[in-house]
Amino acid sequence: MATRTAVDVVMPQMGVSVSEGTVTKWLKNVGDTIQSDETLLEISTDKVDTEVPSPGTGVLQEILVQEGQTVSVGTVLARIGGEAVTLRREPLRAEPDLPPPLPVSIPDQVDEPEPEPAAVAEPEPEPESAVAGQQEPVAPSGNGRASAGEHTFISPVVARIAAEHRIDPATVKGTGRDGRVTKKDMLAAVESAATAVPEPVAAVAAPAPEAPAPAPAAAPPVPPTPATAARPVEADAGEKIEPMSAMRRGIAEHMRRSLDTAAHVTSAIEVDMSKVASIRERLKGELKANYGLNPTYLAFVARATIDTLRDWPLVNAEIRGESIVTRSYVNLGFAVALEGGKGLIVPVLKHAEGLNLLGMVRGIADLAERARTKKLLPDDVQGGTFTITNPGSFGTFMGTPIINQPQTAILGTYAVVKRPWVISDDTGRDAIAIRSMMNLTLTYDHRLVDGAYGAQFLHDLAERLQTWSEPDY
Amino acid sequence: MSERTYLQAIGDGLRQEMRHDKRVFLFGEDIGVYGGAFKVTQGFQEEFGSWRVIDAPLSETAILGGATGAAMMGLRPVAEMQFADFISCGWDHLVTVASKQHWRAGTPVPITIRLPSGGGFSGGPFHSQNPESSFAHIPGLKCVCPATPADAKGLIISAIQDPNPVLFFEHKHLYRHIKGEVPDEHYTIPIGQARTHQEGEDVTIVTWGAMVYTATEAAAQIDDLSVEIIDLRSILPWDKKAVLTSVRKTSKVIVLHEDTHTGGFGAEIAATIAEETFESLDAPPRRITAPDTPVPFAPVLEAAFIPQVADVVAGLREIAAY
Repeated sequence: MATRTAVDVVMPQMGVSVSEGTVTKWLKNVGDTIQSDETLLEISTDKVDTEVPSPGTGVLQEILVQEGQTVSVGTVLARIGGEAVTLRREPLRAEPDLPPPLPVSIPDQVDEPEPEPAAVAEPEPEPESAVAGQQEPVAPSGNGRASAGEHTFISPVVARIAAEHRIDPATVKGTGRDGRVTKKDMLAAVESAATAVPEPVAAVAAPAPEAPAPAPAAAPPVPPTPATAARPVEADAGEKIEPMSAMRRGIAEHMRRSLDTAAHVTSAIEVDMSKVASIRERLKGELKANYGLNPTYLAFVARATIDTLRDWPLVNAEIRGESIVTRSYVNLGFAVALEGGKGLIVPVLKHAEGLNLLGMVRGIADLAERARTKKLLPDDVQGGTFTITNPGSFGTFMGTPIINQPQTAILGTYAVVKRPWVISDDTGRDAIAIRSMMNLTLTYDHRLVDGAYGAQFLHDLAERLQTWSEPDY
Repeated sequence: MSERTYLQAIGDGLRQEMRHDKRVFLFGEDIGVYGGAFKVTQGFQEEFGSWRVIDAPLSETAILGGATGAAMMGLRPVAEMQFADFISCGWDHLVTVASKQHWRAGTPVPITIRLPSGGGFSGGPFHSQNPESSFAHIPGLKCVCPATPADAKGLIISAIQDPNPVLFFEHKHLYRHIKGEVPDEHYTIPIGQARTHQEGEDVTIVTWGAMVYTATEAAAQIDDLSVEIIDLRSILPWDKKAVLTSVRKTSKVIVLHEDTHTGGFGAEIAATIAEETFESLDAPPRRITAPDTPVPFAPVLEAAFIPQVADVVAGLREIAAY
């Protein structure tokens, strides 16, 4: 620890019973420079004769005890100054402005066992049906940084009070050892928070989900967290209690906030996927052979969605403050469920408007693979402008997903099933045919997207899929 | 109510229970004619006769073996070890037979073993130990360690009435030093219930026996610290609930005992606190105990060995500042 103050050289304690010592020889003169641990003088006691090393590096400024003098243990013999470097350790002190050790909740657990997620399921089991659950996508949580504070030890009871009252210990002034925040400090903070004007933003312990908008987005305000205590939960007979993961807290907060923010409306449409199904069958072998890829229904739907969003920009938009933001690009999010109900992440395919069908297939496969191998980067789950969720992989035909804020809509894709369907034949006569049918839902924020607008988006999307023209893609 | 010393209170309890229950008899070295090494049973042989106050040969093995057999045959022996240290001679009878008999054969073994324990008077390594933790490890035994005269009387009666082998640790330092108001009547105090010796808010001291007074003196020396002192009164069974309740209140705890450190009963208490109320803690639980050596003979060394008021004051200050 560098210091420019002088360092004292004292008569050392050379044994339990030794109380004094005699300076026998100075090996340096005043004005000499000396290195730390270099021998400075020799002393003699009734037990031992020994050398005394310099306690620091610098210039010998003063000799206070001359050769032949006997002094008691602890007496200052000399001073070393100048650019002295003391050997004495100051008490450990935390560096200011380090982030407190709150959990960073970038999901690191993405269990995605199937090699091909992101596909709309067909009635017959296919290995590619592993993705999205009915739950609605959630953006990754915040970076976990609370306000700047000291990096000090948080005792168990302080951690508990912090969690119960959602007060960040880093915002509390500590009076314990080395500035540690004690239980009393926390209780005082709880008390003052209970009486203060609610201004809890700095005191929210749980990281808030980050707004996934690419531009500096004004995310809808997080409702202030009340400072009331969450009582410790006790288990009744037959119940099991476990703490919420950071991801689950983020999802819970986001779900609630989305419903509190947007006016959710869902419209559904039936789509005849027969044409897509036949093209897909044909492409399967080709893509497999050339690229090792599988053209999933989801890729077709995603590709058609991109084009449709261009015509209906409010579906790919955002309400930012008092303004409406529309975009020339689409960052397409795909809801991916984690195994065992552990949560959901939404990797985003950036600038999906530039991808043809092959690019879309490859992009989805890449995201799915990296989700499965836990190699998603924080950037991969941010900045979405529109989201597709695929509960149909489990055979469901209808759902009402929750919008991924601050987006304005989310598309739900459902099971592709063969159904009897009335069609018109070439002569204009009606006939019942067996067709591969799929339902799509669009859940949109009615504040921005009117019912007719949302329905027209769905109609156009369905039309694109039903009349899929291979060369266009 | 009368003011009685700790020693007199134990004598009172013994006498009243012997009058109350004819099956109770005393068995120990020099307890009859001589009245016991510490004179707890002085005058007992005159009142109860030599068949109920039996001078035993100089063999703790014989005393504990005989007491175990007598208990199995339906009597209620109260065995006295002249010093608690000597109980090791009777380990086999106690640990192998008495503690397990009920589990093996359903036979109750209602023995009480009186154990003058503790140091502080230069008794040296054979006459100063606090061997309670060795026995607190043995299921089937009970270990009682009263600190006050009133507790000593109520607990000695409970020990005799208990159907299990009960080790009754009487701290020698308390015998004549500690006086207190003791009810005159015959009464019991349940084994396994702690007593809040002093209420406080900032730090809990969990202790028993003579250390209760060391803790009290130390707490009185720090003005701005509110110390709660829990006197366990028995360590097997021990009052977990009382300890955990207090720790949940104060969040800081010192376990104080005169026994040596490693494997001392303080370790069990500290571990239980960490296990069961970790989230209440605002500082690491701290043990103040004797070091891991035999009890030294020289007064200076013995004072350095047995936790002193100054040690507890230092411990309190440190944990308070944490």
